[in-house]
Amino acid sequence: MNPELFRILVVDLATGRGRVENIDGRANAVGGSGLAALLFEKYGDPVRPWDDPDQPFILAIGPLTGLFPLMSKTVSSFKSPRNDQYTESHAGGRCALALRFAGYDALVLQGRAAELSCLNIGANHLQLKSAGFMAGLDVVAAGKIMRRMFKENSGHRSMLRIGPAGEKGLAIACINADTYRHFGRLGGGAVLGSKNIKGIVIQGNGTFSLPPDKEYPRLTARVHAMVTDTDMLRKYHNLGTPANLQSLNDISSLPWRNLQQTADPGIKGITGKRFADETLLRNGACAGCPVGCIHIGYIREKFEEKDNRYLYHQVAYDYEPIFAAGSMLGITNAFDVLRILDVMEKVGVDSMSAGVALAWAAEATEKGLISEKETTLRLRFGDTACFIHAARLLGTAANPFYQLLGQGTRAAADHYGGTDFACVLGQEMAGYATGEVFFTAQSLGFRHSHLDTGGYSYDQKHADKDVQAAVDFLLADEASRCLLTSMVSCLFARSVYTEDVLADCLRAAGYGNLADNQATLGDDIRRRRWRLRFASGFRPEAITLPKRFYKIETWKGPIDAGYLDRLKKEYGKRITALTGRTDV
Amino acid sequence: MKILTTPRMDRCIGCHSCSLACARLVHKQFSWETAGIRIQSSGGLSSGFVARHCLACDPPPCAAICPTECLKPRAGGGVTMRRKLCIQCGACISVCPVDAIARDRNGNIYLCIHCGLCVDFCPHDCLEMRKGDEHITEEEL
Repeated sequence: MNPELFRILVVDLATGRGRVENIDGRANAVGGSGLAALLFEKYGDPVRPWDDPDQPFILAIGPLTGLFPLMSKTVSSFKSPRNDQYTESHAGGRCALALRFAGYDALVLQGRAAELSCLNIGANHLQLKSAGFMAGLDVVAAGKIMRRMFKENSGHRSMLRIGPAGEKGLAIACINADTYRHFGRLGGGAVLGSKNIKGIVIQGNGTFSLPPDKEYPRLTARVHAMVTDTDMLRKYHNLGTPANLQSLNDISSLPWRNLQQTADPGIKGITGKRFADETLLRNGACAGCPVGCIHIGYIREKFEEKDNRYLYHQVAYDYEPIFAAGSMLGITNAFDVLRILDVMEKVGVDSMSAGVALAWAAEATEKGLISEKETTLRLRFGDTACFIHAARLLGTAANPFYQLLGQGTRAAADHYGGTDFACVLGQEMAGYATGEVFFTAQSLGFRHSHLDTGGYSYDQKHADKDVQAAVDFLLADEASRCLLTSMVSCLFARSVYTEDVLADCLRAAGYGNLADNQATLGDDIRRRRWRLRFASGFRPEAITLPKRFYKIETWKGPIDAGYLDRLKKEYGKRITALTGRTDV
Repeated sequence: MKILTTPRMDRCIGCHSCSLACARLVHKQFSWETAGIRIQSSGGLSSGFVARHCLACDPPPCAAICPTECLKPRAGGGVTMRRKLCIQCGACISVCPVDAIARDRNGNIYLCIHCGLCVDFCPHDCLEMRKGDEHITEEEL
């Protein structure tokens, strides 16, 4: 590895051929988020539509990927089918280490394959294989076929694939990464679908020199001990993120039944403890992370009425999917949540987006805006069977209603009515009804993610209504997270990778210049991302919040509409200023 | 002498920390492949993980077939390795009954020397150094 240059594999899907490019720019772009933006600047066009074959789909890793624990995530970037603007989506699994050991800092896909295909890359091979026989296959079946098609390097390869939702071009389609992780949000699945790519196999079959710094092995052992021998990350592998279900319900901040409530006694059926006690089979980990935060539960189904004939599936769970397929739909049984998630996994939709979309549909049904004519079964909060059915129809775009809903809740609400209660903050809300700061943070966040900034956390610690302080926090937090997502670290490790530890790691890995410039790099990269986003059409003032977000109560009391509007205006102004644009 | 055993692989989460540590500390490589212990999923991640590593044959067929005495029998099972004697013939790979010997693109081989350095990097205590005949410990009984 050359620490100065990025080594990029650029594949032309139209021809099935690729080329390795060595690109300068490490000192400013770093990797991950920064590299993805650099590559979109080079290979993409902010203006042409997202499904133009020339638009790139990018996977990027960082300078520390694989070298230190929890440096285990991959950044994808593309123009989103949701809003036709530049965006990122991140995933764990084995993708990051597989790409590292394939010898690349990034993979860039250009063009469109002539027919549905799988791409297979590694340290010494590049192959585009026809896979028309996989058309319509669900994500689980696709994974099984891919394991038979590409047998080499079991354990050291990553398998990304899309389900029917991606093939149908739905804006809520995700990319499944190694069964239990996802490039979930903002429609990456549809981007691969538009390129006729059903799956990507990345084989990490290369071997590389260690960083020459003698301190490197000792430092790796020290960081490993920090994450395994202390309680710093225990919460992530113990109950995991679902521990937050109870705590957010306790402070009236958990969205229930399409955000008609923020707390409900039904929480007792879907707490993190309930999931762990009753459904948890085992933990899993992303390659390169000893924390093991992946929680895998199970469902068991009797498939013959008279005899004892059962099948079982393993279904990963986390806070956000439980919110989306649980509280948001009024489902209060842990196994029922997993049953709905199981279908969402198979059809290849982002569970957060799909859950919120179905919650809107259930309320729209209650209000008489839609009926069985559109949904085929009457959607009712708390009715597991109807949501399993609807999730399947949604992910397969089974009729014009579900086709439209698959383009996002707002698209369906614009057509059928009910925009006031379409719980969309740039995209479908994440599971935090914590208050004004989070609503602002997600609606104007770079990737409309709860992970862009810690707005949900700020809400829980601040009852004051200081607009400047809140926006200052969001801006500072975004820059620091942007630095980590350029390394590319899991954000769960942000307490581990403090500025000092990160500097030590960068120096030991041979990136002393990056260590010295941490203070400005995060800010530089986020400005770069925002410039691309604005160039592709983003305007803060075009984002509107549905009335529902103004009508709720949290632990702080009723939402203060004036405070929320002031926050949104100020944050939008400050984001715009980051780009240096004066024309918006 | 003790050997590396993997008695609790049903706890494995697939983090590859053991392989990365072996490659880093023993074989001086940045890799999850050129290591004495390698983790595979056994039919997709849903089926759990298996560890490929030397099971400490005694006598070891890899040492018997090695034409340069690069690999020599180790007391307690397995082999010792003197890398500078290796001529990259690959004969050892073909006779290993459990496919435990890795090879890089230059033909260099990598195998477990039962040093135990990987053990401390397993977050779930899947690995353990034991005497060769300690298949089941008193504690496990």
